[in-house]
Amino acid sequence: MPWRLLRFALNKKHPEPRMFTFHEKLKPSYDVVIIGGGGHGLSAAYYLAREHGITNVCVLEKGYIGGGNTGRNTTIIRSNYLTPEGVQFYDESVRLWQDLSEDFDLNLFYANRGHFTLAHTDSALRTMRWRAEVNKHYGVASEVVGPEVVKEAAPMIDITCAGHSPILGALYHAPGSVARHDAVAWGYGRGADQRGVEIHQQTEVLGIDVEGGKVKGVRTSKGYISTGKVLCAVAGSTPRILKMVDVKSPIYIHPLQAMVSEPVKPWLDPILVSGSLHVYISQSARGELVMGASLDPYELHGTRSTLDFVEGLTSHMLEMFPFLSNVKVMRQWAGMADMTPDFAPVMGKTPVDGFYLDSGWGTWGFKATPVCGKTMAHTIATDTAHPLITGFSLDRFRNYALTGEKGAASVGH
Amino acid sequence: MKIMTCPLNGPRPVSEFHYWGEVRPMPDPATASDDTWADYVFNRNGAPGLKKEWWCHTPSNTWFIAERDTEKDVVLKTYFYEGDQ
Ligand SMILES: Cc1cc2nc3c(=O)[nH]c(=O)nc-3n(C[C@H](O)[C@H](O)[C@H](O)COP(=O)(O)OP(=O)(O)OC[C@H]3O[C@@H](n4cnc5c(N)ncnc54)[C@H](O)[C@@H]3O)c2cc1C
Repeated sequence: MPWRLLRFALNKKHPEPRMFTFHEKLKPSYDVVIIGGGGHGLSAAYYLAREHGITNVCVLEKGYIGGGNTGRNTTIIRSNYLTPEGVQFYDESVRLWQDLSEDFDLNLFYANRGHFTLAHTDSALRTMRWRAEVNKHYGVASEVVGPEVVKEAAPMIDITCAGHSPILGALYHAPGSVARHDAVAWGYGRGADQRGVEIHQQTEVLGIDVEGGKVKGVRTSKGYISTGKVLCAVAGSTPRILKMVDVKSPIYIHPLQAMVSEPVKPWLDPILVSGSLHVYISQSARGELVMGASLDPYELHGTRSTLDFVEGLTSHMLEMFPFLSNVKVMRQWAGMADMTPDFAPVMGKTPVDGFYLDSGWGTWGFKATPVCGKTMAHTIATDTAHPLITGFSLDRFRNYALTGEKGAASVGH
Repeated sequence: MKIMTCPLNGPRPVSEFHYWGEVRPMPDPATASDDTWADYVFNRNGAPGLKKEWWCHTPSNTWFIAERDTEKDVVLKTYFYEGDQ
């Protein structure tokens, strides 16, 4: 290293710039308190500051930024959903994703790969035709293709799946993409921080004060904050926070697991999902195979991972790609998925004045990170649900008016 | 949890069991209001805790109750249902 460079490095006048400002203490009050420093909470903070000029905001995170489901997901981004509400909402998210790296001046490694949902049965093909028609109606690229198109896009695939679940066709969605998940959290966090939002890590919310049906303040492990507006964006911890404000919901928690293989040479460009075999796979920029399966079979509020999961997933994966039998599994992990009965999220206002909810993100919320922040910021700033999220309100259950999105879930649950 | 104790068959691998959610009293559908019924159909006690749950040992189709800590994933006891207590 040249001597002058070393002198520069040791000079206190040029410290390494940090991504975020460290705040010693909480202020006694904020205009908005955001619970959860995952992608959703940080994105809401960013758009509150950038689009609504509301900067007296703090984000409280009990662990570290992006340490929840934001840093645990398999990063699949797509908009080929089933309901009109879902398609329009996720389509707006995909548009936001496409400009995000420039917006943040941070490379999110957003990679447009194309996404195939494989059909092994006639009934699966039928749902795919339905999805393709709804998608096309809203201008989202989506079409049903034959097995030869799948084979051409992924030549290593055994199109008969070991002879017992032949692939009959697929729903092809050209905009399907992957991105670096932790970078998304940091990008939104840095952008919010630069605009005056305070991010407090290692700060846990322990209680919420409600008086006369209105939010008054938040009790945290670092002291009390008074505020009139709270956003709850805590994914797998949502039922715990709802208990603090005494709001009932249908949200239930099951773990969702994933794993990666050792890195191998690039051989798989598209993202492949098989509902019938309960597996999905993509190859990361580093060459690792990123793989997931369906939800764990019972309620659990923890992030342990299991051998059952690896055994089940690999046996199905080998039916699709027999040559992977020589590839080693490198890591596995789990996140707590906040599931809903209709596979649509729960967003917007609640029976408690000033308490806003961004939840029910289950196994599908990473792709929605940008649009959730944007629509929740609007909802908080104007105290009116953004038009894109009215189909996702908590009220829909009381009114028996569900938003049935299960047919677009990535793998059978 | 890797092993669960079926009241009929004794300790078995958990993969042989099917989870069917918390034991919840059903309001009378003939007299319940729409709100009460919606609450029963959709809402759940989603927070972690010690819960009484329905489980089934699928190879023998044996339904029973398990008391389980849903945060630590520890089963405290399993027994047959004997009416609402
Ligand atoms: C294995 C797996 C694979 C997935 N794959 C995909 C995928 O391919 N595509 C997709 O779109 N989605 C996927 N998802 C879903 C997606 O990851 C989530 O829906 C999304 O990341 C939720 O983001 P979030 O910011 O709302 O929550 P999180 O990132 O979980 O953030 C919530 C934060 O709140 C904090 N918190 C909780 N309680 C408190 C408290 N009391 N006080 C302070 N802070 C608190 C937590 O520490 C956490 O950091 C997957 C999920 C998992 C688990």
